[in-house]
Amino acid sequence: MPVSRPRPSTVAAILAAPAALLIGFALAGGWVGTPRLSGGGIADALEYNAGPHPGYRRAHAKGLCFTGRFDANGAGTALSRARIFAKGSYSATGRFSTGGGNPFATDGRNVFHAMALQITAPDGEIWRLAMDHVPIFPVATPQAFVELQRATKPDPATGKPVPAIMKAYLARHPETKAYQDYITAAPLPDSFANGTYYSINAFRFIDSAGATRTVRWSFVPEATFGALDKTKLARLPADHLFDELLHRLARGSVRWRMRVTLASPLDRTNDATVQWPSDRRTIEVGVLNIDRAGPEEQGACRDITFDPTILPRGIALSDDPLLAARSAAYAASFRRRAAEAPGPSAIGKALARGE
Amino acid sequence: MTMRMRFHLTIRLLHWTMAFLIIAMLFVGIGMVSTAGPAYAQLLTLHRPLGIAILLLACVRLAIRLATLAPPLPDDLPRAQKLAAKGSHLLLYLAMIGMPLIGWAMLSAGGYPVTLGLGLTLPPILPQNLGAFGMLRQAHTIAAVALFGLILGHLTIALVHGFIRHDGVLSTMAFGPSADHPQFPAPTILPRLEPASTDSIPIEHSFPAETDPAIRLDPSERQIDPT
Repeated sequence: MPVSRPRPSTVAAILAAPAALLIGFALAGGWVGTPRLSGGGIADALEYNAGPHPGYRRAHAKGLCFTGRFDANGAGTALSRARIFAKGSYSATGRFSTGGGNPFATDGRNVFHAMALQITAPDGEIWRLAMDHVPIFPVATPQAFVELQRATKPDPATGKPVPAIMKAYLARHPETKAYQDYITAAPLPDSFANGTYYSINAFRFIDSAGATRTVRWSFVPEATFGALDKTKLARLPADHLFDELLHRLARGSVRWRMRVTLASPLDRTNDATVQWPSDRRTIEVGVLNIDRAGPEEQGACRDITFDPTILPRGIALSDDPLLAARSAAYAASFRRRAAEAPGPSAIGKALARGE
Repeated sequence: MTMRMRFHLTIRLLHWTMAFLIIAMLFVGIGMVSTAGPAYAQLLTLHRPLGIAILLLACVRLAIRLATLAPPLPDDLPRAQKLAAKGSHLLLYLAMIGMPLIGWAMLSAGGYPVTLGLGLTLPPILPQNLGAFGMLRQAHTIAAVALFGLILGHLTIALVHGFIRHDGVLSTMAFGPSADHPQFPAPTILPRLEPASTDSIPIEHSFPAETDPAIRLDPSERQIDPT
């Protein structure tokens, strides 16, 4: 079929359609315009801070897996229609970890102890929780988190952040200064088993009538509290906390009581750096009972991501901007380490050596 | 014996509905990985049900597409272009069905619940496996970029058919009356001039009057309605 030579205007009009789509795509992807922080950007900041550790989580890289059960007492059903709160016993699996991106870091550092948890309802519905032993977080926004990672990158010469950079950062972030003051003063639990683990962020509980309440929660240990001597942290064996937990579990299970704290209308729900007053109403909803732990190579916890936005019906996100950021960053970390081959864990290596 | 000169009405409806959904989906996907803001959680919540909706619609569309007749490509289209047309459409169908399946398999392998909202959760279609998750996650990105490229090409070529070649290919997906595509059976089609608004130079119609279109069809394209 003879086709006449098209007019330039026709060609231009035709090319305008795919060009418009391409430009729209570039805008949606944040390739043009103001730079946008992505989950990958947060993972980059973590990698910048800790150095490359391919195959491991970009944060809380050192950990071990545990299993147990969550025994709900039924009181939670007044707050949330999540089936996990109906009276009963639900399987739980999780991970203890220490903060930082180095999977072979020594435990004698004044950092987060963390408990990640997955509770599964009988119908398979799951709830993932990722908690720290400190009730406040050092930053309130993902942007500040990235700044913190950059500011606290250890100087290879000293192993500590560069003081001038840190000072400039803290001047801009009084909330991080407040966190540092808190963690300096607070005793550091001498076991994973006797720390209290906090939800970090606020969430919303939705009851069967559709009423919504903003809450935080904590897992309060039944084990007697003991504190590490902060002056002797450097002399602790490298895997002290992990070994201690394995030895403790060999003698019997460890338990935490889950307490849900209800926000008052005055409480800030979008700022994880601020604690709510201690007189807020709390409701005990169940007991977590952990009876087994082992290295990540043998556990169920290594190959999943404890994204705290994976929630059952009856629990929803609050307006805390850290929640979506945690989800995006955990997804980026998971994506990266899954594409790399997982390496042995510190505990797995130690057990293999017969320690 | 009738010959359809357009795609079946349900195919045309599905085509435009899915064009909207798939382009929206690509924007949701790229927007999602570009942000750690509150939109991330919202887009993620939208991404899964939208993907499953596209999968279902693509399956329905494939079934209807196989059960109905497709308009033939213009006879004068060079063989290589016909092959390219068929290949790219095959790839588009593959992507429409493959992308959501990769996503679903990827979430299964990654141990994620495939929640669709409203309390709907799909079962895993793969056992949990970190390595499989890693590969599928990369495949999901590569396939998304490839699908976007296919869509850009598809759109451009469709417009070239409609506004440069004027061969009626674009209107096989259109609605309403068409000058290019009289409904069969038609005794003969006379050569006609293209509308002056698009191009002033007369060109032949894609089915010249002296030829019976049914005879000139490539056997594989013989689109005879058995009814």
